[in-house]
Amino acid sequence: MGLLSKKDSKLILDPLADNNPITIQVLGICSALAITAQLKPSIVMAISVVFVLSVGNVVISLMRNIIPSKIRIIVQLIVVATLVIIVDQVLKAFAYSLSKELSVFIGLIITNCIIMGRFEAFALANKPWPSFLDGIGNAAGYGLILIIVGFFRELLGSGTLFGFKVLGDSVEKTGLYAIGYENNGFMVLPPMALIVVGLIIWVQRSRNKELIED
Amino acid sequence: MEHIELFFKSIFVDNMVFAYFLGMCSYLAVSKKVSTAVGLGAAVIFVLAITVPLNWLLDQYLLQEGALTWLGPEYADYDLSFLSFIMFIATIATMVQLVEIIVEKFSPSLYNSLGIFLPLIAVNCAILGGSLFMQSREIETLGLALNYGIGSGIGWFLAIVAIAAIREKIRYSNVPAPLRGLGITFIITGLMAIGFMSFGGMLTGGEEEATEETVENTVGMVTTSADENSEASSLVIETTNDTDKN
Repeated sequence: MGLLSKKDSKLILDPLADNNPITIQVLGICSALAITAQLKPSIVMAISVVFVLSVGNVVISLMRNIIPSKIRIIVQLIVVATLVIIVDQVLKAFAYSLSKELSVFIGLIITNCIIMGRFEAFALANKPWPSFLDGIGNAAGYGLILIIVGFFRELLGSGTLFGFKVLGDSVEKTGLYAIGYENNGFMVLPPMALIVVGLIIWVQRSRNKELIED
Repeated sequence: MEHIELFFKSIFVDNMVFAYFLGMCSYLAVSKKVSTAVGLGAAVIFVLAITVPLNWLLDQYLLQEGALTWLGPEYADYDLSFLSFIMFIATIATMVQLVEIIVEKFSPSLYNSLGIFLPLIAVNCAILGGSLFMQSREIETLGLALNYGIGSGIGWFLAIVAIAAIREKIRYSNVPAPLRGLGITFIITGLMAIGFMSFGGMLTGGEEEATEETVENTVGMVTTSADENSEASSLVIETTNDTDKN
């Protein structure tokens, strides 16, 4: 990371693993689980959150000295809501079917706790540039989990990735299906998202014993 | 009949936590003790029961396409629905502030035990989700909206009380160390969600209908992607028609 100082790159890299918003800080889980049955909506969601969180962090950080602390929640909500409206309108204009598929969950970015959490914990006390990096880092950590969960659920649940049949055709019995492989339809159902995240947490904490709760 | 059906459907079949993962953050964070879980659950029922009908009124008389006709015929073309996020969240934030003042006044002990999580109800996805689902499912009357708000609030209450009770007991079990705390809670929630899926057939009565519906729900995500092409092409046709007119 030649471009960034050591402190700056820490801001981006920390939330990717050891301080991941989903598995460690327990933030922003609602939307993370609901749209991960396939890879494409997971990636769109991740990109939307990167945009909202990084821009929102900069805006809040620029205003941090003039926001009265009593009404800061409302101010934060208005900033997020405005950014989410932009994302929603852009999606409706350029990717209508995808925005239908994500339904209310784009709107629910407003109440994604990662965003409020980062505003409260970071942007209100830091300058715009580090806030921007912090936003990118945390949203990327969130997106990473989304993409991992989406990858496994789409691959095991419907045997496809981005809609391409990577394991062969289940109807015509080609590829893996020729030797008797079956799709695990259970992976597409909502409960499996929770269990997959649980397993990711298990793997992560087995590798890094410091994260274990008692 | 319509009311009873919607009520039980929003509690069990469309349960906020188990079917849509809404309000998971506070669900995971506040479910260590049954007593605080009950307090937060009650607050969520209360806030949902107020904000969903309020937002229904907003949606009906301000935001929907053509909702402004009551002002005069010249306003019939306005479609303000893109503003709904900001209007809904403003209503919710105000109501939460109100609840906070009321709870502090009448039950200081509950106020102290909820701590930071009371203001955080404002950013609980279940609340905003309730209003957004109310909008996208086009609930018809104010009474049904109130019913839906209370029903989904009770569903959330049940979920958080159940997981809190399980977590109180599981403290004495020998869970593998890396799974302790968050990991096992996720997995238990997943198992509970599988249990709640069996409510899917409750309102359809016959078994065949029930299975048909669940299949539809689960394949919904997959089929939508298949329909994408046809939808996209129809969209293209629409837009070309528009340009022709111009």
